[in-house]
Amino acid sequence: MSAEPISQFGQSPMRVQKQIQLPFSKAWQISVRSIRIRLARSIITAGGIFLGIAFYSSVRASSLFPIGEGPEAIAEANRQTWLAVMALLVCFVGIMNSMLMSVTERFKEIGTMKCLGALDSFIVKLFFIEASLMGVVASIAGWFAGWLITVTIRLFTDGVRAFGPNFLTGSLIQMVTAVGIGTLITLVAAIPPASRVARMPPAAALRSEI
Amino acid sequence: MAANEYVVRTKGLVKIYTMGDEVLRALNGVDLDIRRGEYISIMGPSGSGKSTLFNAIGGLDRPDEGSVFINDVDMAQLDARELAYLRCHTIGYIFQSFNLIPVMTALENVMLPTVFAGTPTDEGIERAIELLNIVGLGHRLHHRPAQLSGGQQQRVAIARALANHPSIILADEPTGNLDLKTGEEIIALLRRLNKEQGVTVISATHDLKMVDVSDRIVWIRDGKIAKIEERADVEINIGQMEGEEALV
Ligand SMILES: Nc1ncnc2c1ncn2[C@@H]1O[C@H](COP(=O)(O)OP(=O)(O)O)[C@@H](O)[C@H]1O
Ligand SMILES: [Mg+2]
Repeated sequence: MSAEPISQFGQSPMRVQKQIQLPFSKAWQISVRSIRIRLARSIITAGGIFLGIAFYSSVRASSLFPIGEGPEAIAEANRQTWLAVMALLVCFVGIMNSMLMSVTERFKEIGTMKCLGALDSFIVKLFFIEASLMGVVASIAGWFAGWLITVTIRLFTDGVRAFGPNFLTGSLIQMVTAVGIGTLITLVAAIPPASRVARMPPAAALRSEI
Repeated sequence: MAANEYVVRTKGLVKIYTMGDEVLRALNGVDLDIRRGEYISIMGPSGSGKSTLFNAIGGLDRPDEGSVFINDVDMAQLDARELAYLRCHTIGYIFQSFNLIPVMTALENVMLPTVFAGTPTDEGIERAIELLNIVGLGHRLHHRPAQLSGGQQQRVAIARALANHPSIILADEPTGNLDLKTGEEIIALLRRLNKEQGVTVISATHDLKMVDVSDRIVWIRDGKIAKIEERADVEINIGQMEGEEALV
């Protein structure tokens, strides 16, 4: 219990209880519902993540195919590195953009939930769960799509001989990296604005326009 | 008991907005005592500070000076979780723009405060249905806000405000977005709930129809209380000032 409420009016001060902290399962339940309920919007947001990661993954998948030796190979390796960096940048901007949009358009909803008794931490939890779920699912799908495109093209142009010796482990590592990067960027884009609004006085959150 | 007489008291409330070089005292020393079970209207022209006062009383914004006491508890002394408890259990909010969650049905919107209160789901659903029946929307449980008229949305908002048995309903221009007739219905509903459930209603408005149902009218101008009148006095005054239609 915090400081004794002070009454200037001489009556015995009444106490205010502390708001209960809802269990994680409740936040999970509400987040999953929230994604499902606005499915069309969620798919558009996830689409941004998907495209970003698919692009990155298709570029990365090129490195699964050996490029031989000599100056030409070095030039090609440099080109691939450069492409991967660019892809990562594009993917970063794309995910940031779609996540920021989807959080910003819900500032008013966050303000409303605070008026109804939601704790700041609960709101952050909601957005953390939502962003993680969207990030993981969209990144897995994006990685697979990008990987499939590059591998298919290589298969048709060069045949099975083009596959490097570490094709499987390489793919696996790339999957983990892509999902990690995708989820991380999604969280970085979603959590700071959501927690900033969650910490605002509700009046300010309700005022915020898109 | 004396402790129960006043549900809200404000003392020397000041709220300052600074925009560049301009300093605006949106509230400039507001002292107001509101009795339990009262229906009180805060009247004033646009920009007079009604919403600012609404936010201060409701714990939605911190005043720069002065204090707000809810049931004799100084709001400035509360930590975040106590403040959240107060918003959840003690105060129900109604806004001009309804502020329903667009992706949720009427039932889910009304239930939401019970979720934050930790009420078991079955009980929450039961309570929400009961309330939607009370506000006359028992046949619209599974409609989304977009599928409801403005008046119906405001009824959902009123039901939501009552979800956790608050002692205070705070309304900021509840009829501001509604046509004349719907506005009257909403006012009548608020008055009915005030009488039947004993909930204190504090409503900011510039809708003169509100005068008719209010126990007291607080006239606010430039962030200050200009005068406070009992209803009996006001009816005569407005009758003289505004002509017949103001009496409704
Ligand atoms: N967030 C804000 N920033 C700056 N000025 C504000 C803000 N909110 C309100 N004001 C100013 O404070 C005054 C009172 O506003 P408000 O309380 O909204 O009036 P009312 O609700 O009576 O129309 C107005 O002059 C308004 O412009
Ligand atoms: Mg206003």
